[in-house]
Amino acid sequence: MNESHTSAITKEPVSALHVEHLGVRFGPVVALDDVCLDVADGEYLGIIGPNGGGKTTFLRAVLGLIPSYSGSLSIYGETAGKSSGKSRTSIGYVPQSAAVDKQFPIMVRDVVLMGRLKSRITLLQRFSHEDRELADSMLEEVGIADLAERQISALSGGEFQRMLIARALAVQPRLLLLDEPTASVDANSRFQIYQLLNRLHERMTILLVTHDMLAISTHVRSLACLNSKLVYHGRPELSEDSVRDMYGCPVDLVAHGLPHRVLKTHG
Amino acid sequence: MIEFFQDAFQYRFIQHAMAAGLLASIVCGLIGVIIVEKRLVMMSGGIAHTAYGGVGLGFLLGFEPILGAFLFAILAAFGIGFIKRKGGTGSDVVIGLFWSAGMASGIFFVALMPGYPPDMSSYLFGNILSATASDVRLMAVLTIVVVLTVIGLFNNWKAWMFDGEFATILGVNTGFLEYLMMLLIAMTIVVLIRVVGIILALALLTAPAAIAALLVPGLKARMVWATGIGTVITLTGLWLSYGWNLASGATIVMLSVACFLVVYVGKTMISKRNQG
Repeated sequence: MNESHTSAITKEPVSALHVEHLGVRFGPVVALDDVCLDVADGEYLGIIGPNGGGKTTFLRAVLGLIPSYSGSLSIYGETAGKSSGKSRTSIGYVPQSAAVDKQFPIMVRDVVLMGRLKSRITLLQRFSHEDRELADSMLEEVGIADLAERQISALSGGEFQRMLIARALAVQPRLLLLDEPTASVDANSRFQIYQLLNRLHERMTILLVTHDMLAISTHVRSLACLNSKLVYHGRPELSEDSVRDMYGCPVDLVAHGLPHRVLKTHG
Repeated sequence: MIEFFQDAFQYRFIQHAMAAGLLASIVCGLIGVIIVEKRLVMMSGGIAHTAYGGVGLGFLLGFEPILGAFLFAILAAFGIGFIKRKGGTGSDVVIGLFWSAGMASGIFFVALMPGYPPDMSSYLFGNILSATASDVRLMAVLTIVVVLTVIGLFNNWKAWMFDGEFATILGVNTGFLEYLMMLLIAMTIVVLIRVVGIILALALLTAPAAIAALLVPGLKARMVWATGIGTVITLTGLWLSYGWNLASGATIVMLSVACFLVVYVGKTMISKRNQG
């Protein structure tokens, strides 16, 4: 059915995101070096790593917001060009909420409707009735339907984050990329956001960049560490050594939840 | 006041001035809200001041200075926009360089002129009462272009302003939108030169938008309110400057800043009282 660019191993399930030898530089600084990653359809992958380790850079490269100098990446079999300007509607992106202007004069529903924006710039573009219904049902999905008419400046951190998730969902993506979704929310909202992601995981692939070790150990199905190079771990079992290697200093690992073994000697 | 309206019926130059004020208020209402929300105020200042070079070149080579201003404003808009997109040099540095280089080249060109230097102050500080019929025609054309572009692409502007990256991911050509906005800002500056001049243009661009931001939520509502506030301010300023023989550009600017201060203080006091 899809004749595109599958390699010799065709028996494998289609990969949501396939990254080969990706390298990103900012001038002389190497931000990402030879990153290879294959995210299978239906996976729930967490990427951890220290600040400045290139987590956000990696997401931005996947999204085509910054150019790569080496390597290639494909999203659901479609090779993404090095240049931006190509629409990536199979991806729903949830940026760090700190990166979005919270004082902008806009209603919650209108933010979610942005997910329905057409890629071509046309005169007098309007959102259809279906677009509006979809936006409302996404607000329902993330649990803030009652806030649809609210100005975004009046939202709490958790509500704001869920609005950004609803906007990403309005794109109707197959792959959801989230950048630190719990960075600026309280404990209760954090719990709700992870519950929401667990629910969404039933119907889409999720790639989550986070500092949140607790989330990694309890929710995420597989794990990668990123500190300019990427190390893939499969099941989320961290060894103290591997984490120390990534972060460059000792890190306390907290084991949480009985069914999950977090600490293991790293093979 | 009544005398002013009687004169307004009688004299063409007052009608031209009123039309110029109205057109300036419209572009300031739309573009002003965008540059305030997108934080492009200093960039707009850079574009405005670079236009002075075009005024000087117009005097030197003997073509209409306002066309020179338009040309230089467009060059500055694209130049600043290009360097900003490329990154590397901080955009405030680039804006600063364009800003002073534009002013310097204006002075330079005028100094090259043989004989008596022309009076440049109406371009720097505006003189709404000197607006001619052809000025008003040019302003009207530019205003129509600005209004149609802002309304026609409203949802795209909104997406670009709120989160340009997200729009880029969806495949929207945000680079095109950015350059188009630079062009609209350049047009707006040209509309404003007759009314308040290059140096005072920033106040009329930002004050009505900032006042509207204090009063109403919502992008569209702010644009409508800013246009209305701008109209009241420019026409009041025109009336004051005509009646008391004051410098029109300076009167309009001081009036807009005073309005902003009154609304700002009033709003702060009301919200304090509501808390207490």
